[in-house]
Amino acid sequence: MEHLRPVATGGPDEGTPVAPDLADLLRSAGRGDQQAFAQLYDATCSRVVGLAVRVVRDPAQAEEVAQEAFLEIWRTASRYDPDRGSPLSWLMTITHRKAVDRVRSAEAATRRDQGYHHQNQPVPHDVTAEAAHASLEAHRVRHALQSLTPVQRQALELAYFGGYTHTEVASMLDLPVGTAKTRIRDGLIRLRDTMGVGS
Amino acid sequence: MSDDIHALSGAYAVDALDDIERAQFERHLAGCETCREEVASLQEASALLAETTMTPPGADLRDRVLAQIATVRPLPPVVPVGTDAPDGPGTKAAPRSAPDAGTSTGSTSAPGTRRLRTLLVAAAAVVAVGVGGTVVAQQPWADDDTSQAPRLSAVERIQQASDVQTFRHRFPDGAEAVLYRSASLNEAVVVTSDMGPAPEGKVFQAWLQHDDTMVSAGLMPEGPDNVVPLEGDPATADGFGITVEPAGGSVVPSETPVLVVQFADA
Repeated sequence: MEHLRPVATGGPDEGTPVAPDLADLLRSAGRGDQQAFAQLYDATCSRVVGLAVRVVRDPAQAEEVAQEAFLEIWRTASRYDPDRGSPLSWLMTITHRKAVDRVRSAEAATRRDQGYHHQNQPVPHDVTAEAAHASLEAHRVRHALQSLTPVQRQALELAYFGGYTHTEVASMLDLPVGTAKTRIRDGLIRLRDTMGVGS
Repeated sequence: MSDDIHALSGAYAVDALDDIERAQFERHLAGCETCREEVASLQEASALLAETTMTPPGADLRDRVLAQIATVRPLPPVVPVGTDAPDGPGTKAAPRSAPDAGTSTGSTSAPGTRRLRTLLVAAAAVVAVGVGGTVVAQQPWADDDTSQAPRLSAVERIQQASDVQTFRHRFPDGAEAVLYRSASLNEAVVVTSDMGPAPEGKVFQAWLQHDDTMVSAGLMPEGPDNVVPLEGDPATADGFGITVEPAGGSVVPSETPVLVVQFADA
């Protein structure tokens, strides 16, 4: 993906082919450096927008969510603590929370009437699946997901991409109440260990 | 129960808890190192899922985002807003050293915990200021209290308690908040004057800190001048804070406190 390459390739300096260090960019952004934030945006916008679209579905609303997330990231950049996780994890946690808040408040406003059929509906972002497949990391993640049991994977995807609570997930998957949270946790642990993150 | 709450770590990491469960779990997180570490690691894992959904944004999003952030000031690291002692030893609390202050124990990226710790760190900073003599002003009531009138107001009753503590805080804009606390009465009251309104759609919320947990002490009414008795147990609390929260208040503090005082060293 082009945005994973160094953004400052036009720079007249050393031109070292190193992707920008997101933690450094966050630190600079926290000091008000808009240039650094623009680099951070370029390096992460496809992930942020992609997650927002996946959860919120409506592209226009998803962009609003992405914009909210970036604003929050800008405002709170100085509070990012590298000792407590990777920059990407921090960014995606913020984005995901914004996206989930959006779908839940929309749901509260108009109780979702399309039921659970969405699982069988075509997903609008499929047009970009090509791009996602091109990512080696995405390939590894997809592969790692195959190591989950089907129920773990479904529960995790409904929670993370669907924005449903574990109680709703239990009901959707006909699991006993209280079981879905365990499936979600087990699935995440297996994903974590397979991918070797978050030691 | 304890086992149950540990098991929520995964659901928490993917925002699959309802509001009440989330608040409960965040309280639990504040005191559970194991869960903080697990949540952090599971958030690393869940963030990987976003790798599979990358979507290039519309062409104008970048411009909109960059235009918007240009108009918004980044929040300061962890220094309490409105502390009126520029030379106080606590106001310079370095953001990166802050996690070692207060009650921090290890790592998490749970936003709620981060906020809570920010509040606690802020509290520590203000304590240091207080030691410098500008915020904390303990005021043992000199007069004997045998002449208590039968019908004292709550604030008078607290003010005249033999063990009253007074914490006075003046904000940069001239507003003032004074907290009177009596441990023997288990009562505390905040008296505000010239307080500006909370931002649109927000309220000021009062908190009592018990160990690592912030417990709501009620919402502050609108208006510049108020006398607000605190809910809860001021006698056993370790500190007090005011935050800005969405209308209706929050179960756990979600924003930088505008005022924090620590009782312990008073």
